[in-house]
Formats: sequence, C-alpha cells, structure tokens
Amino acid sequence: MSLTSDHVKRVAKLARLRLTGAEMTETLAQLNSILSLVDQMKQIDTKDVVPLAHPLELKQTLRADSVTEMDQREKFQSTAPHADAGLYLVPRVVE
Amino acid sequence: MSDITDLSFTELKKTLQKKSLSSTEITTAFLDRIESLNPELNTFITITRDEAMQSAKNADAAISRGTATSYTGLPIAHKDLFCTDGILTTCGSKILSNFVAPYDAHVVSRCKAEGLVSLGKLNMDEFAMGSSNENSYFGPVRNPWDKTRVPGGSSGGSAAAVAAKLTPLATATDTGGSIRQPAAFTGTSGLKPTYGRVSRFGMIAYASSLDQGGLIAHTAEDLAHGLGLIAGHDSRDSTSAELPVPDYTEALNDSLAGKVIGLPKQFFDDNLNNAMRNAMDAVVDVFKLLGATTVEISLDHVAKAIPAYYVIAPAEASSNLSRFDGVRFGYRADKPTDVLDLYERSRSEGFGSEVKRRILIGTYALSEGYYNAYYKKAQQIRRLIRDDFNRALASCDLILGPSTPSTAFGIGEKNSDPVSMYLEDIYTVATNMAGLPGGSFQAPLVSGLPTGYQLTGPAFGESIILNAAHQVQIATDWHRLNPEGL
Repeated sequence: MSLTSDHVKRVAKLARLRLTGAEMTETLAQLNSILSLVDQMKQIDTKDVVPLAHPLELKQTLRADSVTEMDQREKFQSTAPHADAGLYLVPRVVE
Repeated sequence: MSDITDLSFTELKKTLQKKSLSSTEITTAFLDRIESLNPELNTFITITRDEAMQSAKNADAAISRGTATSYTGLPIAHKDLFCTDGILTTCGSKILSNFVAPYDAHVVSRCKAEGLVSLGKLNMDEFAMGSSNENSYFGPVRNPWDKTRVPGGSSGGSAAAVAAKLTPLATATDTGGSIRQPAAFTGTSGLKPTYGRVSRFGMIAYASSLDQGGLIAHTAEDLAHGLGLIAGHDSRDSTSAELPVPDYTEALNDSLAGKVIGLPKQFFDDNLNNAMRNAMDAVVDVFKLLGATTVEISLDHVAKAIPAYYVIAPAEASSNLSRFDGVRFGYRADKPTDVLDLYERSRSEGFGSEVKRRILIGTYALSEGYYNAYYKKAQQIRRLIRDDFNRALASCDLILGPSTPSTAFGIGEKNSDPVSMYLEDIYTVATNMAGLPGGSFQAPLVSGLPTGYQLTGPAFGESIILNAAHQVQIATDWHRLNPEGL
C-alpha cells in the first residue's frame, strides 16, 4: 500500500518531528519508494516461521543486586542545555 | 627507512618494542600528517593534539619504566560514535554537535587501559545512517584515492583516515555494512566482529540488534592485534558474549590447505558487473593457489535482506533516537513556546534528512495496525536468512563474495535517491541480520580504484577470517597499494 500525506503527518506527530510543506512532498515520495522496496518481503512465505528478534538468541544475564554506580548527577547534568539545582528545565507544563 | 606514517599498526608495534622510535615521535608524525591533509579529506571531526601528546609522553615513561603493555604508545583514532570522556562526541549530528561525553565507551576504555594514544574523533554518516559519509553534519569525507568520490559509509572517516595514513588503526561500527563497504572503497582491511563479541557500552545506538563495533586498518594482522584489545565480555552490555577471547594473532599463519570456501550463487549472478567479477576471480585463484577448494552454496533468502533490514533497523532507530529531545543533552531549539514545541523543533532542527526518514519509516512500521505486516514479517525473514547461513557454513569454512557492487561512486551521485543508496549494502546486510562476523579485504584495483572481497565466517570465527585474509595478504600486494601521492 502507499502512504498519503495524512499518514505522514500522523507518523511525524508520533515521532515528534515537524515537516515543512516542501519537506512533506519530498518525504512522502521518498517514504513510498522505501516502502515499495520493503514490500518485496511479501514475496516470501513466512507462515509458521518464528520471528528472530536477536541474532544469537542469547539468554539475558543477571548480575548481583549490588550498587555498582556512584552518583554522578552533576557531571551528567553538565551536558544538559538547561539544568538548575539538580533539575532539568523545560517550558511550563502545568499552569 | 620509510616515513613513520607509512608503517602499519603491527610494524609500529615492532619499532616501539625495539625502541627504535618513541611514542612521542610516532604520535607527532601522525598528528602533523593529519593537520596537513585533513582540511581537504575531512576525516577528523575533532583532533585531540594536546591529549594525544600527553598520552604519548605517559606511554614513553611507562615504556622506560618497564610498566608498558605490548600496545602502549601506539596510535588509534575513534569513530565519533564512541563516547569519549571529556571529548566532543557528535555522532556526525547537529543534535550532538555540542555533546561532551561524560564517560568512555567500553572500547575506548579498553584502548586507554592498554596505553594506546587516541589522535581524535573520526567523521561518519549521522548516527551511522548512510553508505557514503555524505550524511554528516560536518560535511562529506573525501576518498583519498579520488577526492571527487565518496569513501563509503557510515565509517567513512575511519576508512579514509587509514587509507591516507592519518592513523594506522581506527575503530568503526557496522550495522548493515558500515565497516566493510568503506574498507572496500578505500583499499583498507575492515572487520565487523560477531554480534556480542565487542561491548556496545558507550556506542551511540542506531539499531541495537544489528550494531557491532569493530576496526579498520591496513592488514588482517593489524586487525588481529586490534580485536584482541577490544573484544570480550562487559557486564554493562548484557548482549556481550561471555566467551574467552583467543589470541587472534596465533592462528594467522595456519595453512589454508584443505579449507573450503563457499561462493554464494546469489552473489555471483548476472547482477555482478564484469570488472567486479574479474576482481573476485583473481581473489578466488589466490585461495586455490594456497590450497583451499571452493564450493557453490546458496543463500536462498539473501535478496530479501535489504527489504527486511529497512524495517528492522529504522524500527529500532526510531525507538533509540527518541532520547534526543532537547532536555538532557545535545541541541535545544531556541525559545520554545511549550514542551511539545521544544521536542519537535529540537528534533526537526537537530536531525538531518536521512535520520528523519528512518525515524519516520520506523515509527510507521511500529505503529498500531502495521506491526504484523512489517516488523514481525521482517523478523521472520531474519530467521530464514540466519538459517541459510548456518546451513551453508555446515558445508564450508568461510563464505566469500564481493563487499560492494562497484568501486566508490562520486560525491553527490546517489544523494537524491535513498533506495539506490540502500542497495549499496546488498552484499553486507545479511551478515548483520545473521549476527555473523564479516571482514572486507583488499582485492585488485578496478580502473585505478580499490575493491574489496568479503569473508563471512561462523559465529565467533573471527580467527578463521583473519587467518585466511592474512594468508592472501602474504601472497599478494593488493593491500600495499596506495592512493597516488599518498
């Protein structure tokens, strides 16, 4: 199936991306071209094939429940665009 | 004696051990060459001269004290996707153009622990999405063999820097071919290890079930040394394998007599152009001279690897890249009116067009009502592809094919059509889907430009790949050819 600009608008909203009018036209054409490539998957019968989520199907390992990380809040927040008193600052959400 | 920068990682290791050169001399030689050639090639995003000179000084002191390891003082450079504590780490993106990482990636800390000297951070396609290095916020990298051509991608900076002798060894990453394709385009050797062989801790994630860190260098022997340095279990990456790390240099000199090389009929069909076919035939002839035999194999579902990859990788990317929101790190849009405006404008202004395309495709594939048709279907095909490889590797030791459909293409040539760019990885993507190790090594030049042949081995069979490539490099001089004037 091919996408319409309504699909792209909805997906862009979900992905928190904003597209200008010109970008929208170009993106729609490109996404449809990519999806027609992807649609070649339909040529393969996959009935009863178990999906492979991970190449080596490794078992999830567990570690001992002990403290391994020190508090480095200040260091990590030093890379934030806007932080103050240990808090990340964003525009007001609740009036 | 040849110039210091002409020496391979292995040769530099010998000169340091013999004390015929100091780390300071080696480091200075590479930094000077970087500063003279980088303005044109654009392989480095950040050059860390001061830190490198200090590391070299420390290395020389350790060597004279007798506390050095056998790698102390050797130069390396890191793809700008590996976090480096206190050093700018951009991932080739505007959204991380101001990001100074607060910690080291596992690979980086392993190199530091061995006393390697980091020269700087290498250019790449934004978030490792691309096959030409044209998707970098910091501009395209030029191929040292022909500066009007791309070096391949996404590890284009790593490959071009090694080819131009700006570093003897570079870290790189490979999600769908991002080590092997640029290695082929630049006449270098590149290894993507088995998924889980090298910890992904501190590697900025693109598609987590496919991403794997590896290396680019001049020779298979260099890669054997390098892989020993960075491989091994790390408790901070729960997908890193708890398997012992062999000495990869030990098997390098094993004979290839009796080894069986599988040639997938799908890689040698009518789509392979004559020049590439001749180059591959020349490689196969060397394998036969060395005592190996060949057998035709079939990877029945390999043609669907690209379609399935362009669901799985964007789906995982759309999830991984949701962390870039202008709040905790990276670029933040100016004067946001509300929190949604902050998210949307930071992301829209911070990401380049290819990254946005993949986020949109991935978001669509994972959105309500489409999961079965796309993500589940792609994962089913992924299993069929992996089973194909397992079946094939039961009848041969290694699988050989071209690394790329052609030699390096021109800058700007494939920019306007994403799908034609995606098809660049037609021979490499399946290896990632199966999680297997793959290397690209120098094959004969075609019209003066490098080509590469690819070896894929069984899971954790890096030793066999490096052994085979090393034997071919002893018997040929394809890996010794240099770009004109370099």
